[in-house]
Amino acid sequence: MTTATAEIAAPAARRWSAALRPAEWQLVLPLALAYAAFFLVPLVLLILVSFFDDEKITTMGGAQWTKFLGDRFTWKVIADTLKLGVFTVAATSLIGVPVALVYLGASARWQGVILFVVILPLLTSVVVRTFAWIVILGREGVINQTVLWLGLSPAPLRLLQTEHGLVIALTQIEMPLLLLPLLSVMSRMDPNLRDASSALGASKWRTLFRVTLPLSLPGLVAGCMLVFASSTTAFISQLVIGGNRLVYLPLLIWQQSLVVYNWPLASAAALTLLVSVGLGVAAIAAVGRRGHAWALR
Amino acid sequence: MRRRRASDWSYSIVLGMLAALGFTILVGPVVIVLLTSFTEGRSIKFPPSGLSLQWYRLLFDPVRSSQIHRAAMNSLEVALIAMASATVLATLAAVGLARRRGAWVRAVDTFFMSPMILPMLAFGLAALMYFTFMGFRPSLALIAVGHVVVISPLVLRTTAASLSQLDPALLESSASLGAGWLYTFRRVTLPVIAPGIAAGAFLAFVASLDNVPVSLFLAGPRSDMLPIRIGLRRADRDGAGADAGDGAGGRPHATLAWMTLMRQP
Repeated sequence: MTTATAEIAAPAARRWSAALRPAEWQLVLPLALAYAAFFLVPLVLLILVSFFDDEKITTMGGAQWTKFLGDRFTWKVIADTLKLGVFTVAATSLIGVPVALVYLGASARWQGVILFVVILPLLTSVVVRTFAWIVILGREGVINQTVLWLGLSPAPLRLLQTEHGLVIALTQIEMPLLLLPLLSVMSRMDPNLRDASSALGASKWRTLFRVTLPLSLPGLVAGCMLVFASSTTAFISQLVIGGNRLVYLPLLIWQQSLVVYNWPLASAAALTLLVSVGLGVAAIAAVGRRGHAWALR
Repeated sequence: MRRRRASDWSYSIVLGMLAALGFTILVGPVVIVLLTSFTEGRSIKFPPSGLSLQWYRLLFDPVRSSQIHRAAMNSLEVALIAMASATVLATLAAVGLARRRGAWVRAVDTFFMSPMILPMLAFGLAALMYFTFMGFRPSLALIAVGHVVVISPLVLRTTAASLSQLDPALLESSASLGAGWLYTFRRVTLPVIAPGIAAGAFLAFVASLDNVPVSLFLAGPRSDMLPIRIGLRRADRDGAGADAGDGAGGRPHATLAWMTLMRQP
């Protein structure tokens, strides 16, 4: 209190303070400049480099693009990458929404425990999480031991280096990205709405699909966007669990840029990844808007 | 008492099972990695073939694990620098954007958030080419700059969220009582948004420590980063065809132990 009166009583200090008061745009400026210099310009450079024909970056032309997009293999890789993203989004949503509903119905103390469990994967490194899945999915891994013990299959299942295995692993790795936005929207929801729905005779399923989900849709859509963008670019997981058998766009970019040193082709591949992930994210946003309009009809 | 219908039972059973699966998937791998790191054997297997601290001993051996120690120190240094810079830049930007509305503000906000949605790998390659053309050699400083770009959105989001909780009337009453803007910021704004800044800084630190897509391109031979060191060495070793779960060598195991330890709160 004494400091407060001292500062307020000093008109000279106040005049200085007023003179030095930054406008709001000046506060935004440092980050904007950093982003312009180290984010926007490099991305423009990426586009430029992709339009060079040779690896030494001397002659301009569209040869890399025709070579890259003229290859049927490229299109298969693009389709596989997008498919991986769609599968991971579907799996994380199918499992993440019930987890969020349990959180919603829990007492305050249990909500804290659940929140800790949800961010637990974030507290361990992506690399460690990927190795954990090797231990679980391998030929002598936890899943195969269980399957053989229960007699569900005569031989160990092949899970590593398959798309199923990769989607299972990514479901855990990306789950916090889905749940954090979903939980923050869900916990702001008015609980009376759900109570009213059941008091008026709606079944629990109907309450879920007509009240809870439509109201938490913005959080779900934001989570799905993050999961899609992250799983399609999860290079280490794709490489370690998918092995050399499953090829996704990040692996192509890595090979072309850091192994073959063909930067123009790598740039073309990187832009292709950027555009396809961007289109995928935009599609999720569009579906979300449609779903919202449909739910509120 | 309300009568329970058959559909309510199916609701509880289906959602209960899916949620149980969800919790298993979230917790299981972490528990398995922790237990596996105490194994006696040389391969990464679960359940471990006997308990020992041998991998932790190897991990803390300054000679045999020197490369890992260096990579870990590099990762920590970069994460601290990147977190500090991103926290300052993004907090300023969040305060600047907080009370403005309009198309421009939305556009700037989308621009700042775009590294979250755009594939980081594409940005990593772009940053590598940019720094190479500018004549820089790979260094920790460049990695930190790359990390600042991809972790700033985390601080921006959490700080903006806590700024939206700040009642503008508080600022007005502070100003009308004669407090200067800096005093108001220090005594009114900052205490309200501090939890948001702290949460964002924590997320940013973890994200930098764990970053693969940007470090992959910007890390050079002398600026080895921990996730890259473990992830890629391991992938190289296993190569094509080999079932990666079986018969791994000792080094990745020690790093596994290190990574689990390092993330203990």
